Amino acid sequence: MARITLDHLAHSYLARPKGEDDYALKEMNHEWGDGEAYALLGSSGCGKTTLLNIISGLLRPSAGRVLFDGRDVTDQPTTARNIAQVFQFPVVYDTMTVRENLAFPLKNRGADAAYVAKRVQAIASVIGMEAALDRKARGLTADAKQKISLGRGMVREDVNALLFDEPLTVIDPHMKWELRTQLKSLHREFGHTMIYVTHDQTEALTFADKVVVMYDGRVVQIGTPEELFETPAHTFVGYFIGSPGMNILPAKIEGDRALINGSSVALGRHYGPLAGDVTIGVRPEYARLSATEGLPVRIARVEDVGRHKIVRAEFFGNDINIIAREDEAIGADMTRVAFDASRINVYADDWRVEGEAA
Amino acid sequence: MEKTTNQKAWFLVLPVLALVAFSAVIPLMTVVNYSVQDTFGNNQFFWAGLEWFREMLSSERMWNALWRQLVFSAIILAIEVPLGIFVALNMPKRGVWASTCLVLMALPLLIPWNVVGTIWQIFGRVDIGLLGYTLEALGIDYNYTQDIFSAWATVIVMDVWHWTSLVALLAYAGLQSIPDAYYQAAKIDQASRWAVFRYIELPKMSGVLMIAILLRFMDSFMIYTEPFVVTGGGPGNATTFLSIDLVKMALGQFDLGPAAAFSIMYFLVILLISWVFYTVMTNLDRREGHR
Repeated sequence: MARITLDHLAHSYLARPKGEDDYALKEMNHEWGDGEAYALLGSSGCGKTTLLNIISGLLRPSAGRVLFDGRDVTDQPTTARNIAQVFQFPVVYDTMTVRENLAFPLKNRGADAAYVAKRVQAIASVIGMEAALDRKARGLTADAKQKISLGRGMVREDVNALLFDEPLTVIDPHMKWELRTQLKSLHREFGHTMIYVTHDQTEALTFADKVVVMYDGRVVQIGTPEELFETPAHTFVGYFIGSPGMNILPAKIEGDRALINGSSVALGRHYGPLAGDVTIGVRPEYARLSATEGLPVRIARVEDVGRHKIVRAEFFGNDINIIAREDEAIGADMTRVAFDASRINVYADDWRVEGEAA
Repeated sequence: MEKTTNQKAWFLVLPVLALVAFSAVIPLMTVVNYSVQDTFGNNQFFWAGLEWFREMLSSERMWNALWRQLVFSAIILAIEVPLGIFVALNMPKRGVWASTCLVLMALPLLIPWNVVGTIWQIFGRVDIGLLGYTLEALGIDYNYTQDIFSAWATVIVMDVWHWTSLVALLAYAGLQSIPDAYYQAAKIDQASRWAVFRYIELPKMSGVLMIAILLRFMDSFMIYTEPFVVTGGGPGNATTFLSIDLVKMALGQFDLGPAAAFSIMYFLVILLISWVFYTVMTNLDRREGHR
């Protein structure tokens, strides 16, 4: 178990990176607390796996340092870092039995036989494979193999951190939920520092204490699920988290009001003069249809997803999504959209601006 | 739905049947024909039954050739397979050097058999060959035309030079198909280099290695040209392998009957071994495909 510090860390896959665009990971400084569960969330190719491989030592960063509990491990190989990692696709040793697979990381570190047997049994029950312990790994299904990979990752108790790289991609949905719960309870029990890479927001939000959202090689926000939902630090976070994502509208800010294509909208806070591309973001959950107030919109369609209705509307070429209660009647005269003023976030060049209390 | 039946479709396979008949069945039948008859020339044949087979089975000469053949195949497999794997493991995985290595490795495979024989025949000559002359100058007694050990060593080294590339290329292809995650997981699990080879690389290569072993076994079991060019089967009969012996018998002595019986048995042995290999490999595949 360890606190992980990323100190001016950056990585490029090119030998001589020229501009910032050549970096798969842009320079970052972060400290990840000991014993916390983090989810690394972002779309494909945003640098999640790169960051994970740097932490585990499979990749050496082009710049900066990685520290475990304040100790520089940048130049240490994976084996010296005492890390467990589970990969996206199952990695099992085909010719070994399930038992031998689970025992492998312990045996390589010279653990004594009684301890190995005890741990293997315990892990087998966590992944639900006690009955298959003496089977050869070769003939097993993909999700059984992935469970073995997970088991191999969890079998060591003394690891500095447990890293997961989209480990549930190949597992079927029912089992996914169960394994995630198992991982979570394991985390509670042993308090390992865990880092979980995923592009699935539900997975990230349910698994982690803190979610690290990455976009284009940058960590754009580290926060609790609630913070990500209420105050996304970057328009990407707003757009990526939530279903549908946050509505983003170009606006002009004047004090505590926003001007959107000539219509004025009240804001919860007061803002000074802003530079760059200014937009406001508001979650569909905090928008409502109205006959009398708000922006005049054209309603394209209403999707009933059972739990609630999603109204797809358009305002001068910008899409606005609204979540309406299931029992809410949508009348023909309701052609305006009103926002909950205190829930509106203001962005300059995609980054959130903290206003002053009005 | 009712299946439509059209017997005319059989006509479509006729060309293939005709081709196979002329290229394989008829020549094979000629051999069968010779193997059960005797002739004293003038194209007159007499029924001999299984006489030639009986004679060949009790012929010490054939058993000696078979024994030599098996020893030869065993030796070259024991050298080429581990050496090929070793080479493949040490070849660069990507970049310019990977392509360069591939081309260099493929070169010996492109040289015709008799040219390979000629190269080594000259290379090993004590009077003008670089190898033979050097060895002689170093005081090592080497002469493949007179010394049995030298003759075998030359033929084996030649075969290793010619064919190790094949094993190496196949093993290399097998290695290239292993995803990086396996090596990364092995690092995480703190597996030793040997464990990586034993539990990741070898199992992943097993399929292509089976093919490599089969090909090398079949090929070495039928080897003719290279030893014929280099040693001519000598000194004495020391490097007279099955094919060389067969040709001596059929074309040198013109003993058509015994040679035909010999051919058929030779063919059956190869067929048997191929069948065993095929069964083993398909069983492996089935286990593999069970995931």
